[in-house]
Amino acid sequence: MATAEYDDVRIDDVQELEREIASQRDANVPIEMETRDISVWFAKRKVLEGVSIAFPKQSVTALIGPSGCGKSTFIRTLNRLHELIPGAALAGEVLYEGSDIYAPEVDPVHIRLKIGMVFQKPNPFPSMTIRGNVLSGLKLSGMKRSNHDDIVEQTLTSAGLWNEVKDRLNAAAGDLSGGQQQRLVIARALAVNPHVLLMDEPCSALDPGSTLKIEETIRELSKEITIIIVTHNMQQAVRVADNTAFFLATDGNPGHVVEQGPTTEIFGNPRDQRTLDYVNGRFG
Amino acid sequence: MSSTETEFRDLQSAATSHRGDRVFNRTITGAAFTALVVLAGITVFLGLQAIPVLQTQGLDFLTTSIWSPPDYGIWGMLYGSVLLSVVALVIAVPASLLLSVFMVFLAPTWVAKVLTNLVDLMAAIPSVILGLWAFYILSPVSEEWQQLLNQYLGWIPFFQNESGNFSGTPFTAGFVLAIMMIPIVTSVTREVLGRTPPELINAAEALGCSLWTMLRYVALPYGRGGLIGGVMLGLGRALGETIAVFFVLKIVFDPVNYYNVIESGGGSVATLIVAKFGEASGPYETQLLLAAGFFLFMMTLLVNVIANLIVNRTGRLQK
Repeated sequence: MATAEYDDVRIDDVQELEREIASQRDANVPIEMETRDISVWFAKRKVLEGVSIAFPKQSVTALIGPSGCGKSTFIRTLNRLHELIPGAALAGEVLYEGSDIYAPEVDPVHIRLKIGMVFQKPNPFPSMTIRGNVLSGLKLSGMKRSNHDDIVEQTLTSAGLWNEVKDRLNAAAGDLSGGQQQRLVIARALAVNPHVLLMDEPCSALDPGSTLKIEETIRELSKEITIIIVTHNMQQAVRVADNTAFFLATDGNPGHVVEQGPTTEIFGNPRDQRTLDYVNGRFG
Repeated sequence: MSSTETEFRDLQSAATSHRGDRVFNRTITGAAFTALVVLAGITVFLGLQAIPVLQTQGLDFLTTSIWSPPDYGIWGMLYGSVLLSVVALVIAVPASLLLSVFMVFLAPTWVAKVLTNLVDLMAAIPSVILGLWAFYILSPVSEEWQQLLNQYLGWIPFFQNESGNFSGTPFTAGFVLAIMMIPIVTSVTREVLGRTPPELINAAEALGCSLWTMLRYVALPYGRGGLIGGVMLGLGRALGETIAVFFVLKIVFDPVNYYNVIESGGGSVATLIVAKFGEASGPYETQLLLAAGFFLFMMTLLVNVIANLIVNRTGRLQK
């Protein structure tokens, strides 16, 4: 009996130590983006309340939670797409490299170029070629970058698509498969040189093979840029994310963050009972 | 290899063996063919009138511009119909596009709804009413606009005016046609722009583009086929419009007004017919007018065929 008790204590200690190391490691990593007390309304309806999350540089953060808890809404506040919806309102601050992106002097176009986005449904421009799609961000924003050929090769390589399309860059983007289209869209987002990439359920419309490829791409990209990904797939969060935030909205109350921290903690040793239930598939 | 002959089951009659269904199907098929029969009937009727005219007047009927016995030629009128339509297009297409961009992308929902209804209502104004309005209200105002155009842009050949007479010009007639085209073109372009997939708009917004670049590179290319179709639909109306133009255009056979859009006098086949039909001097002049109608009909058919070709081609490119 005595040995068992001794073992329990030891396990607790080790976990405590791990937690400490994790938090110290986080403290040493510079923060790329941070939200402070974000609340969001659509017309009169409050859909998010008091969300504060820090996104360390060159890390992957997963936002998980059941449908309708405000994850997608939250991610759209991070590059000022939220404000394009009529009746949308917001309180709190979103800091990017330490300054508020909603400050009056900030140009939202500049923010959207630094903080790129990939959506749920692959959305290449159908009237453009593969190459045209990759370069479309430069064209649409009026951004000037030389070496278009290099950009096309680099970004398609980063997105894990180069080998599949290098011989038909002038083919219509619509001819690609769904998974290829999604990687093309990632390349398109990378071409304007963003520091942060937001991904709103990027694999939910894809088959398992394509999903795996996108996940590899995400891991690879996170060596260079900061990634924030909304996902319904908990295995995906475990596979790709360094940190995880769990969102929940109950009984008509606005969504909020129940728990956040290193992914291993959220899935292996959650502090909140609701997190434990959700990550074990008991609801959602 | 047991039997060399396969016995096919009769699927076609089995599928339509229900009697009510069979009657219904045949009625629908018959109705569909009625449209073809009417089209062929009109073509044959008008064509039969055109043959004797071509026999007596020769090809001069199409290449000269004169209407005094015994010589008749409608070149000026055919050309005038096209010129009026071009003037109308130049005014109506930008106006309709701006209007529909506003309704789809900028206006609050309730404003867009009110505008949609108003524009649809515009289409319901009988053309004779528009003609009266153009005669009493638009013409005097238009004369002042044209004087200004002539004063400041007179160095452009289109805006030259030697006579000092600014009434009954292709510009005024084209303007009335533009007003008639705007509701048609707007309702089609509004519909087409409104169908731009939201995920493409999202993509453009996330790439930091303005409304202008989004339209230029995403919405307009996406809806190109539909937009051209809408413009052609409006053009079809402009080419054939009779009564509104009749009120404001001075018909002149000679000289043919080729490009001086603010110079008094122009032509239009449809207006020629309505102007001369009541006072036709005899069966031969009536036949001449019917022949003119035949060539107007051919011209509108040609425009429609070209429009279809363009729409089909752009539609295919998109896939």
